[in-house]
Amino acid sequence: MVLEFEAVQKSFRDSEGDVPVLRGISFGLAEGETLALTGESGSGKSTILHIASGLEAPDSGAVRVSGKDMTDLDDSGRAALRRSEIALVFQQFNLIPSLTVAANISFQAALAGRVDEAHIQQLVGALGLADQMKKYPEALSGGQQQRVAIARALAARPKLLLADEPTGNLDEGTAEDVLDEMLKLVAQTGAALMMVTHSPKIAARMDRQLTLKNGLLA
Amino acid sequence: MTLTCLRALLSHWRRNPVQLFAFLAGLALATALWSGVQAINAEARASYDTAASTLGEGQYDLLLPRQGDRIAQEVYLALRRSGWLVSPVIDGQLGDVRLVGIDPVTSPGGIAGSMSNEGQPALVFGQANRLIANAQTAGRLGDLAQVTINADIAPGVAIGDIGVVQNLLGRDDLTRLMVLPDQPGLQPDLGEVAPQLRLQLSDQMADVAQLTDSFHLNLTAFGLLSFAVGLFIVHSTIGLAFEQRRGMIRTLRSLGVPLRRIVVLITIEMLTLALIGAGLGIVLGYLIAALLLPDVAATLRGLYGAQISGTLELRPVWWASGLVLALLGTAAALSSRIWQIARMPLLASVRPRAWVMATSSRFRLQTIAALALLGMAGVLALVGEGLVVGFALLGCLLIGAALTLPAVAERVLTFFQDRSTTPRWSWFWADTRQQLPGLSLAMMALLLAVSANIGVSTMVSSFRLTFVGFLDQRLAPELFIQVENAEESARLEAYLLQSTTDLLPLLSTQTEIAGQPARLFGARVGPTYRENWVFLDAVPMAWDVVEGGRGAVVNEQLARRADLLIGDNIQITSDLTLPIAAVVGDYGNPQGQVILSEALFGNLHPDLYPTRFGVRTEDPAQLRQDIVAALGIPDSAITNQAAIKALSLEIFERTFTVTSALNVLTLGVAGFAILMSLLTLADLRLPQLAPVWALGLTRRSLGKLELLRAVIFAALVFVCAIPLGLALAWVLLTIVNVEAFGWQLPMFLFPAEYIQLGLYALLAAFLAASWPALRLMRTPPSALLKVFANER
Repeated sequence: MVLEFEAVQKSFRDSEGDVPVLRGISFGLAEGETLALTGESGSGKSTILHIASGLEAPDSGAVRVSGKDMTDLDDSGRAALRRSEIALVFQQFNLIPSLTVAANISFQAALAGRVDEAHIQQLVGALGLADQMKKYPEALSGGQQQRVAIARALAARPKLLLADEPTGNLDEGTAEDVLDEMLKLVAQTGAALMMVTHSPKIAARMDRQLTLKNGLLA
Repeated sequence: MTLTCLRALLSHWRRNPVQLFAFLAGLALATALWSGVQAINAEARASYDTAASTLGEGQYDLLLPRQGDRIAQEVYLALRRSGWLVSPVIDGQLGDVRLVGIDPVTSPGGIAGSMSNEGQPALVFGQANRLIANAQTAGRLGDLAQVTINADIAPGVAIGDIGVVQNLLGRDDLTRLMVLPDQPGLQPDLGEVAPQLRLQLSDQMADVAQLTDSFHLNLTAFGLLSFAVGLFIVHSTIGLAFEQRRGMIRTLRSLGVPLRRIVVLITIEMLTLALIGAGLGIVLGYLIAALLLPDVAATLRGLYGAQISGTLELRPVWWASGLVLALLGTAAALSSRIWQIARMPLLASVRPRAWVMATSSRFRLQTIAALALLGMAGVLALVGEGLVVGFALLGCLLIGAALTLPAVAERVLTFFQDRSTTPRWSWFWADTRQQLPGLSLAMMALLLAVSANIGVSTMVSSFRLTFVGFLDQRLAPELFIQVENAEESARLEAYLLQSTTDLLPLLSTQTEIAGQPARLFGARVGPTYRENWVFLDAVPMAWDVVEGGRGAVVNEQLARRADLLIGDNIQITSDLTLPIAAVVGDYGNPQGQVILSEALFGNLHPDLYPTRFGVRTEDPAQLRQDIVAALGIPDSAITNQAAIKALSLEIFERTFTVTSALNVLTLGVAGFAILMSLLTLADLRLPQLAPVWALGLTRRSLGKLELLRAVIFAALVFVCAIPLGLALAWVLLTIVNVEAFGWQLPMFLFPAEYIQLGLYALLAAFLAASWPALRLMRTPPSALLKVFANER
């Protein structure tokens, strides 16, 4: 298993006290598998994604990525795991505005210390970014920016790709294209994908779907 | 990973060169003004130290003439023969070089020892026509003498064998005698051997370094103020850089860069930039100091008789202090931002916020801190004494007022917003309020600069007005004549009594009164004194009391230092005590003075004769010619009133040249702060302005409104700066000046000067806003439309 959740619980504190968001979630994600995480707003989808990436820690339970228990690691250890095993694609693209497209794409691979130029060129070609490499993100359309974000994520050859509404900011046509390219590349690289989405149409294209309701898997 | 991460962080500056420029320039300007002032102070202090060590000034007791400034050689020989271990010194001016002649055989070891340099025998200057001086002074001496260069000799001074110097000065007498520390103890009383001399103990001598301390403290305070203004720019730029990089930092963390690594890299990045900025500032500071040093040297020479070097050295004390202060300032601005990064919710929206909106709690906290500081200023004003307390009061007042500014501006803008009737103006005031947090640091910087200008210009102008009035009082006689000896004095007096309306002979000697070194004067009380002198405080008919020998006039310096009031008794000699009849303002010297009637002075010192005469005459030019022709007194011994006034005013103006220069520079830095704030905010403004543009306001109108906004902010700052500046002037005049100079000046107001300054502030804001406004006017519609693009 690339990702394992075991009885994971998480609460947030607000003015009225602790609000439970995840009430003992358990599931697994195998190598090369794609999984859609659906549910209403506030059901805990994004929290699962953040815990899976080590950006947030669970209150209890175990989270393993490639067999390593995240809850045993400190901030540096989780950051190292994120660099080497995990990649994230956000709805807001999260590119570095002061770096060129080329520098953005190779960025995470460089952080992980495994830049593979041939692999990058393949991704760039597949995502149709060859003409955009010297530009800065602000000069690109939303669809192009998301393609750059996908290329950045896959250039590092992650074992686990986590995507949070990656097409939420794009029009329907562009969203369709970006998703096609993403799924194709994920399949080629053999990474496991867990994607948070509101769209039943997009969820239907994944190998498996999990629906969250009131902090529990429905 | 480190290199990749660092490259990403640095790419921000490459893409935002204006921000980088603002950061470096802000820090460079702040450091420049600070280190420039410190460079001047360090140079001056080094000069004082060199003077003290090479000339032994302040180290040995001295024998000085009771009258005049010369001692006959025979007196010296008589003292030696009687057992007094004294060493002769001649001191005189040759052009602009001070020549000091000593006797290497009898002079104390330290002084003669300091003459030797790198194996040269100490007595090398005993050779014919040989002097020792530093390179700069040697250049000024030209061919007058052979000069051995010695860098340790005080600036502007050349030292030589007493015979050589007497030759060069064309004199055969001495100026003073140094009393060696180990006297045999059997020597007769000084009064028996040399009644014309008096003993001045070394601890009674005014130390130049002490005298000038207040001057240097003033400069330091100004340097610190400029530094604070510069730091506002740095703080503002660092804040903006962090604000714009929030997204990047979140991305870096989500891509696997540990928080600690980010914090360390940002700290290294900022401190490296700070080092570059501070380095540039130190170079700039050196140039500023080199530019101002001649004026400072003239001031110190004019006010305190202190010689300082005309060339600047790179002394670690000032460049290191500039560097450390710049790094500390940057670190202070950085620490709060680092704290924010550490606490920043990693998963919240990564969209950059347009600008941090000031929350009501932040305003409240700031206002509470401001009120606490202003309260502390009030307490210090009521109970505090001393120079340090004076400056602490100034600090509390200025920072407290600056912190209050955003809250005051918020109230004023809300007032206008509530009263605006059209949508355009409603939006304008609301939008102006929204800009407050982003511009508040620049506004505070401008407030500090403008109020410092108002405060200092009020002080200087009040001083000038008082000083001119004082010169008119004191320099009422049309001619002043200096005489060389008793015979000349008697002949001149007899001659003048026949031809002038009022003759004012002036007798004087150095003494100690109320535990303070003071100059005792004997004055012939007449209509000139009665009509012209204005007392700060006096008993009725004070001049009659003085003339009758029943009282004395003291100057303000002495009254303050010895805590004397009208009616208090002062002991003039062991058997003469007089009440103080009047206290007179004295703005021309740092010394205490006591004035008695001529008759009483004559009783106390029958052997002293007037060395200086003031003469009232209808025709000064004719009288001058007559005196030269009839008495053979050289024309150079006669000075007319206008020349002295002009010289005094020149010294006065030069004294404040440095202050004025620093004033202008501080205002310039504040203008620069506004420009940088507006420029760096300009890009963030697009999302705020695009909707208004889409609703029908042209880019031109928006640009004009941006200009108007800057002018309104400047006007608001100026209105707040007036009371603050006047409070500053009050503190300077009633606390700082009294401590620094020993006298208090009346405070005058100069509305025309303030209006002029206000116009400068508005102009500075207008010019600073012009560039960003022009850029806005020329923003292509496509850039504005991008704001609405869904995929932006």
